[in-house]
Amino acid sequence: MAKIPVQFTLNGSEKAEFVDGGTTLLNALRDKIGDTSPKGGCHQGTCGACSVIIDGEIRLSCLTLAETCNGADIKTLSGLAEGGVLHPLQRAFLDTFATQCGFCTPGMIMAAKVLLDHTPNPSRDDVVEALSGNICRCTGYEPIIEAVLLAARANSQNAA
Amino acid sequence: MALALQTFATVKDANAALRSTGTRYLGGGTLVVRAANEGDVSVSGLIRSTDPALSAIEIIGDNVRIGASVTMAAITRHPNLGTLTKAARAVGGPAIRNMATVGGNLFAPAPYGDFTVALLALDATVSTDDGEMPIEAFLAGRDGSRAIITSVSFTLPQADGFRFLKVSRVKPKGVSVLSIAAVLLLAPDGTVSSARIALGCMADRPMRAKATEKALLGRTLDQHGIAVALAAATEGIAPITDPIASAWYRTEVLPVHLGRLLLG
Ligand SMILES: Cc1cc2nc3c(=O)[nH]c(=O)nc-3n(C[C@H](O)[C@H](O)[C@H](O)COP(=O)(O)OP(=O)(O)OC[C@H]3O[C@@H](n4cnc5c(N)ncnc54)[C@H](O)[C@@H]3O)c2cc1C
Ligand code: FES
Ligand code: FES
Repeated sequence: MAKIPVQFTLNGSEKAEFVDGGTTLLNALRDKIGDTSPKGGCHQGTCGACSVIIDGEIRLSCLTLAETCNGADIKTLSGLAEGGVLHPLQRAFLDTFATQCGFCTPGMIMAAKVLLDHTPNPSRDDVVEALSGNICRCTGYEPIIEAVLLAARANSQNAA
Repeated sequence: MALALQTFATVKDANAALRSTGTRYLGGGTLVVRAANEGDVSVSGLIRSTDPALSAIEIIGDNVRIGASVTMAAITRHPNLGTLTKAARAVGGPAIRNMATVGGNLFAPAPYGDFTVALLALDATVSTDDGEMPIEAFLAGRDGSRAIITSVSFTLPQADGFRFLKVSRVKPKGVSVLSIAAVLLLAPDGTVSSARIALGCMADRPMRAKATEKALLGRTLDQHGIAVALAAATEGIAPITDPIASAWYRTEVLPVHLGRLLLG
């Protein structure tokens, strides 16, 4: 079957690839483009490890067909640090020991990023809600929630 | 296996393409791509339409029309659809809600279909290019349905006339033990003058609680007034058993949650 051309912006850079019909965005990112920051956990929409930001919204790359992303603006964890400096969320995840095996971390951070983009001073409930589609099997969630609240505080201090 | 996706500008052309065997319509993909990922080989091709009308929400007075491609997230964000926010937010976590469409929810088997439970209570009309049908008729025949749903429409209830409740074990997100939606109208003396109640997880698809509705007419919404309605709640139900809850458990807890919903 003919390959299908797909073009989108990934972390600010233009990408153009040929994919097989039905290729998920997760597989296109990892296998074609080499961005392995989104993780494939369940491929069923349940774990959130594959979460990426598409046109400003958090989405599951395992359930998104690459072909439907033509012209989209896609952000993944690998585009978050700037000039070798960790994003405040990445810093906070390290500082609060919110990462153990790290498998859920890329999805958690992307979901948290969308939250902070829209709600710079979230409540604890806002954080819990924003991360409710992401499963972590290691941390017990408390350090992750703390990390997001810490990053929010750090952001608002920087903005002040 | 390669899964061909064909995109059409018009619903008419997409409908024609959907006639080929093995093809399914692609809404948000949360069920259909998931099935393909699981190795469901009955799907060999996907069809979608980018017709902007499919993504439109139109509100004229209290008449609402929601395009089939509108997502749950878009409903929760809409300033004039506050009444439905609870039902739309009941569907999955944030990423699922950004993808899950109204059209796809109409086809979602139990324990899914939470938003459709709300639409059933609202007596929605389901539209295709060929015409309209009441949601109950659509749900009864949905397994054999091949036409693309274009929109759902209904009359927006008064804010205090619509109630929705979803019971799940994992908070804040988790699939339904059960869900209930009710559109209730009260007479000036406080008795129920009209009631439409829909249940999720009490069959393989959303269903009406007709015996309960009948038993509520002329009654007040207090412990004494709803007693007969609660006793009738399990009439005609055939709940699903899944890893979340057994049919027995769902039957036991339905009157409890229905009582809470009716008492407000
Ligand atoms: C992790 C997870 C959690 C979930 N949680 C919930 C939940 O809590 N509550 C809930 O209700 N659901 C839940 N769902 C199920 C699902 O996300 C929703 O029911 C959603 O609304 C389905 O819509 P979709 O657009 O993604 O459907 P798709 O997967 O695109 O399509 C589903 C079916 O409907 C058909 N279809 C879609 N649109 C149309 C149309 N316009 N015309 C004709 N046929 C059409 C497709 O061909 C397919 O057969 C969950 C799913 C996942 C993966
Ligand atoms: S891999 Fe996408 S949700 Fe688990
Ligand atoms: S850190 Fe291991 S799954 Fe979350």
